[in-house]
Amino acid sequence: MANQAAIELKNITKTFGSVVANKNVNLTANRGEILSILGENGSGKTTLMNMISGIYFPDEGEIFIDGQPAVIASPKDAFDYKIGMIHQHFKLVDVFSAAENIILGLKEKEGYNLKAAEARISAICEQYGFELDPKKKIYTMAVSEKQTVEIIKVLYRGADILILDEPTAVLTPQETQKLFAVLRKMRDDGKSIIIITHKLHEVLSLSDRVAVLRKGEYVGTVETAKTNESELTEMMVGKKISLNIERSEPKDPQVRLEVHHVDCTNREGSLVLDDVSFHVNAGEILGVAGIAGSGQRELLEVIAGLQKTDSGAVLYHNPKTGNVDLLQGKTPLQIRELGVRLSFVPEDRLGMGLVGNMDITDNMMLRSYRKGHSAFLERRAPKDLAEHIIDELEVVTPGITTPVRRLSGGNVQKVLVGREIAAAPTVLMAAYPVRGLDINSSYTIYNLLNQQKEKGVAVIFVGEDLDVLLELCDRILVIGGGKVTGIVDGRTATKEQVGLLMTKTEGGAEQ
Amino acid sequence: MIVEFISRAILLSIPLLYGSVGEILTEKSGHLNLGIPGIMYSGAIGGVIGAFLYENACGNDLANMNPFLAILIPLICSILFSVFMGLIYSFMTVTLRANQNVTGLAITTFGIGLGNFFGGSLIKLVDSDLPSIALTKTSKFFKAELPFADDLGWFGEIFLSHDFLAYLAIAIALAASFVLSKTRIGLNLRSVGENPATADAAGINVTRYKYLATCIGSAVAGLGGLQYVMAYADGVWSNNAFGDRGWMAIALVIFALWKPSMAIVGSFLFGALCNANNYVQGLGAETQELFKMLPYVVTIVVLIITSMRKKREHQPPESLGLPYFREER
Repeated sequence: MANQAAIELKNITKTFGSVVANKNVNLTANRGEILSILGENGSGKTTLMNMISGIYFPDEGEIFIDGQPAVIASPKDAFDYKIGMIHQHFKLVDVFSAAENIILGLKEKEGYNLKAAEARISAICEQYGFELDPKKKIYTMAVSEKQTVEIIKVLYRGADILILDEPTAVLTPQETQKLFAVLRKMRDDGKSIIIITHKLHEVLSLSDRVAVLRKGEYVGTVETAKTNESELTEMMVGKKISLNIERSEPKDPQVRLEVHHVDCTNREGSLVLDDVSFHVNAGEILGVAGIAGSGQRELLEVIAGLQKTDSGAVLYHNPKTGNVDLLQGKTPLQIRELGVRLSFVPEDRLGMGLVGNMDITDNMMLRSYRKGHSAFLERRAPKDLAEHIIDELEVVTPGITTPVRRLSGGNVQKVLVGREIAAAPTVLMAAYPVRGLDINSSYTIYNLLNQQKEKGVAVIFVGEDLDVLLELCDRILVIGGGKVTGIVDGRTATKEQVGLLMTKTEGGAEQ
Repeated sequence: MIVEFISRAILLSIPLLYGSVGEILTEKSGHLNLGIPGIMYSGAIGGVIGAFLYENACGNDLANMNPFLAILIPLICSILFSVFMGLIYSFMTVTLRANQNVTGLAITTFGIGLGNFFGGSLIKLVDSDLPSIALTKTSKFFKAELPFADDLGWFGEIFLSHDFLAYLAIAIALAASFVLSKTRIGLNLRSVGENPATADAAGINVTRYKYLATCIGSAVAGLGGLQYVMAYADGVWSNNAFGDRGWMAIALVIFALWKPSMAIVGSFLFGALCNANNYVQGLGAETQELFKMLPYVVTIVVLIITSMRKKREHQPPESLGLPYFREER
């Protein structure tokens, strides 16, 4: 069985507009093996797998299944080729039982027979060692059980090429071990398993071979037994590229913000911040690096007063009064009333940052609506500000009254960053401020951040591109699985060092 | 008197049952159709038009009328009218993804206007002295009851003395209940209303299910209007006599927790509560109005209780009221 190619990709290229998501990717997955696809965020792993499962269609290149050329134009075609994908976001109906979800949309010859389906599900569970009650309703299930339902759904449809998109992101270590045991059984059963991940130790412990992608390009495939962590990291992050971002020395660094031992649990009840401690100085840019979803968002929201903490303290050193104020447990309004000038450029621009249906002026007023003394709106100042931002940051817009959602991503971001900076903050937090922006817009944003730094603002920059983080930031805080895995100097740290810290899940103290 | 009260309550409950079962089917596909009052109203006027045309064609002579056609023609006209309204609603909300509440309210206004327009025209055509049109001959066919019902005393009066549309209503409710919980079509339909993206990924044609559920639901609701005018009102149509039964049917959906079988119980209870003021002695005009509030009070109480218990099976379909657009993620 082994070493017989189940699926083969040849020179696959996929572009979205001007963005190249995958370029000339070659990949082979054999029967009876587990292939890991390793890469940073945005390296095109999921796009590639979506092309195999019929969600996207490649622009160029060919796919072979069992040696035969195959055209996969829809998820249904993928089913017919016995390819099943388990997405990161589960597609399940909450009020249905596991069995109902598994048979949803199938047209079985024997008609609608829930009992028979439940029996078949139990048989599959037994075969591979799953634990699942087919009658259990989805909304009463833990995340790992939901994932089990998704996997069985694919097996029930007879898939023998399984693609799992970051399956362990939502699992505890014990659940991960169980899942791996199941996957190994499936491999021994002759199925071909492709697992997308960015956790190095999982790659090493589970897979037979590893394919590495970097920025949409195929780097190579290595046999797991013949490689090690540092080789994989190097393949994943690549050589350092010089970007020529200006970086000035911090002037008179004083502690502005301190975070002490913060724990935070999200709505699903899992720990997203685990004993996080660090400080930010005035006049420096602190970069935050980490795999997506490691707790960056929660970290910023804790500081902004949007997220409750379980324990720990957030302290603000007020440069005006010289007092040290406690921020956590306060609402954003209370924080503002303390005289803390906090600006926040959230990741979700049109969800949290701006109101898409309102024009630029009205969006400016979201920050200043408390000013003014009469019952009527004071529109002059925000309108001036809007015009100023359009001029200064070269926002391309048909006019000042155009709804923000009609602007392109980069222009939306400029409006948001412009507004936040205009509030003359003492702490500026920006989450992925250059995501989706072209090179020029990105540099505009970097310059704005640098200007703020020179004005003595404490800047927290959450980024995904390590090259940018290493050239822009004075210090880089690396977060992994909700824990601080290290704080390094931006001037001396290497890409490999940061990459290793990002994928490290245990231990790590403040250096 | 109790027998009469119960029998009357059943008669009153039937339009509500049709309306609520129709709305449940629609809501199970994720569409909150607030056009139900208008759809029931147009279903009623459709039946009236059909009956009027057939009665005229037979020279207004009872002897010339074929009982089968006398029922079939109004029935088909009623369904045509209500399905037409349902189609407008589905086109607006499914294909064009218009706001469901606004569309539904527009359909209600439109349906009532349509009914009043045709109703008024017919009244003018027959040159009636009263502001109504009587189709008593057709009504006789609709109201034909089992011949032995009278011989069975109270049992006969409560269970066997009703028009065939009343039994059809219960049959449809039970059938809907069976389809929803015990068949693949029902499972697919529920998944469309709960999570259309998941249904879509599973290969279910979301648009088709939404259209069919809305149109079949409208047809069922329209029959409620037909039953009202042909059986309850003895074939007499006058504009706006239908009242707020459509809104009550929508309230009943919540009361029934989106279960057609529960709607049978609920509609009977609503019918009884609506009717109770006529059977309680010594009520003044103002206390009578208070009595008529009871169905709504009960609905609010049920809403409070079910939201407090927070049982997921008792909640509305998860994507109720939300348009589905595949490319939006």
